[in-house]
Amino acid sequence: MENANLKLHYNVDKKDFINAGEASSSVKKVLRKLGVNPECIRNLAIAMYEAEINMVIHANGGTIDVDISPECIHVVLSDSGPGIPDIQRAMQEGYSTAGDNVRELGFGAGMGLPNIKKYSDDLKITSEIGVGTTVEIKVNIPS
Amino acid sequence: MKISVVKEILNAEVICGEELLDEEVFSACGCDLMSDVLAFVKNQGLLLTGLNNPQVVRTAFMMDMKAIVFVRGKNPDDEVIQLAKLKDVIILKTDERLYSACGKLYSAGLI
Repeated sequence: MENANLKLHYNVDKKDFINAGEASSSVKKVLRKLGVNPECIRNLAIAMYEAEINMVIHANGGTIDVDISPECIHVVLSDSGPGIPDIQRAMQEGYSTAGDNVRELGFGAGMGLPNIKKYSDDLKITSEIGVGTTVEIKVNIPS
Repeated sequence: MKISVVKEILNAEVICGEELLDEEVFSACGCDLMSDVLAFVKNQGLLLTGLNNPQVVRTAFMMDMKAIVFVRGKNPDDEVIQLAKLKDVIILKTDERLYSACGKLYSAGLI
């Protein structure tokens, strides 16, 4: 991990709820191999997992780019889904637009975005209706 | 508490991870809502749930949990078992309901 950043790229399939979370699992394994602080790994894994689930539930999948440097882990999740009409409202705990099929699987309780915020050091969401959403997550690695 | 003791208390069947039963957990969480597990759980090594899908295993893996107990006699699907084996997560199954399973473990000192 000296000097050069490690970059990873994933394609997330649409509506593939069974495999949703595999990209996050893979990043978690890579971070463990790199010997990153376990608390950082868990925080990043949870935030990215929630974001990846959101991508499958709401946005027909998309792409994930991960950039690991000695200082931080930076994850960008981009989709070309329907977009988020009101980001502020979507950030509220308990607010969800997910259907019953998603709830039956243990998600869709309106905790996704609040959880991502809780476990990341920096979160940026940009969204345009009918164009898509980009979620940027940063978790710092203590020196 | 060793997972082997959890197994005894709940009269549970080991579905996978038999070789890992000596692993120890210090606290547990009983929940069917994975978003809540991700939101509120910290350093809990054991998840008791009635929800049966692969995301239960992924949630446990993300949270560094060692074992999952499926309650109410739920039989985990094959894809759940395969994923748990890949991620070294132990799976147990008990006929106890979630409430009674949690109660028995709590009374035995698992908080």
